[in-house]
Amino acid sequence: MNTNVSKLWIYLSTTPLLWLAATLSIYWLADRIFLLSRRFPLANPVLLSAIVLGALLKFSDTRYQPYFQGAQFVHFMLGPATVALAVPLVGEVQELRRRALPVTLALIAGSLTAIMSAVGIAWAMGASTTIQASLAPKSVTTPIAMGISKAVGGIPALTAVLVILTGIIVAVIAQPWFNTLRIRDDAARGFASSLAGHGIGTARAFQAGRRAGTYAGLALALNGVLTAVLVPYLLALWLH
Amino acid sequence: MLILFTLSVLLLFQLAGEVAARGLSLPIPGPVFGLVFLALAGMLRLSLRRALEQTSTTLLDHLSLLFLPAAVGVIRFLPLLARDGLTLAAAVLGSTLLALTVTALVFVAASRFLTDNGEAQ
Repeated sequence: MNTNVSKLWIYLSTTPLLWLAATLSIYWLADRIFLLSRRFPLANPVLLSAIVLGALLKFSDTRYQPYFQGAQFVHFMLGPATVALAVPLVGEVQELRRRALPVTLALIAGSLTAIMSAVGIAWAMGASTTIQASLAPKSVTTPIAMGISKAVGGIPALTAVLVILTGIIVAVIAQPWFNTLRIRDDAARGFASSLAGHGIGTARAFQAGRRAGTYAGLALALNGVLTAVLVPYLLALWLH
Repeated sequence: MLILFTLSVLLLFQLAGEVAARGLSLPIPGPVFGLVFLALAGMLRLSLRRALEQTSTTLLDHLSLLFLPAAVGVIRFLPLLARDGLTLAAAVLGSTLLALTVTALVFVAASRFLTDNGEAQ
């Protein structure tokens, strides 16, 4: 009996099916809990399901690579989903043109703040220049951030982890934080969520509504490009 | 069929973006180029946007799910951050709050400036 169970486990743990099914169903459950809790910030579905899946991997003694064999099908869809951000943007192109001034000013101010405050806080706490460089691009989408990190002498793998952490923090705290600041404009909320928290902030904005999501998609693309331009210059000024 | 059409269009634009990103060797990933290309194409042809609307909305409504594999990776690597844990936590949390605040406040202030001026004219 016991050997049958372990044979079945050995079989299942080598197919992508097991962890793909686990990824989808646990996220679905976490999303239900999030909605039932009336979107309580700490019940964020990405946070909840990542903790549950992380625990399952640990207890079943599964490494990340076999997990990713199943989860890669979900991960792959990030590419087409990023392209799909263009669709709501095109629908709102008149309105976006009218809002060009707030978009431009918020982009520049936000991008500079995201980069310089991360580097500044790390510096004040005595972090090495490698750590500072790894932190600088933490607010932009992972592939851009890793490329920047590598170019300015950071550790790309550390940057990747910091990027995801930043995104999860934004997904959890952005909505209550905006409520505290009494910022009610969905455009401002969506734009800021994504500027500070890239794709995960964008995803959270889409959960809040279409208008917030549209502005989030815009910030994702704009801040990705601006940060790639700014970080090498700012760090060169800062470190020399 | 609409799903098939939309996914094909999205993948083809991603592919075009990937070609552009490699060709220009810029630190900007293919999907971001794909986003820009699709936005331009959608502005030229409104019928294209309408055809893509439904499936892209479904995809974007579940965007959070797509980050889950990466988030699971982070949960597993968290112990590696322990050495510089306090510094990294302070920098990420502090900088995130500042970036959210500055971006949103500047956006709101500039929007208000626009409406005030619009009313004055």
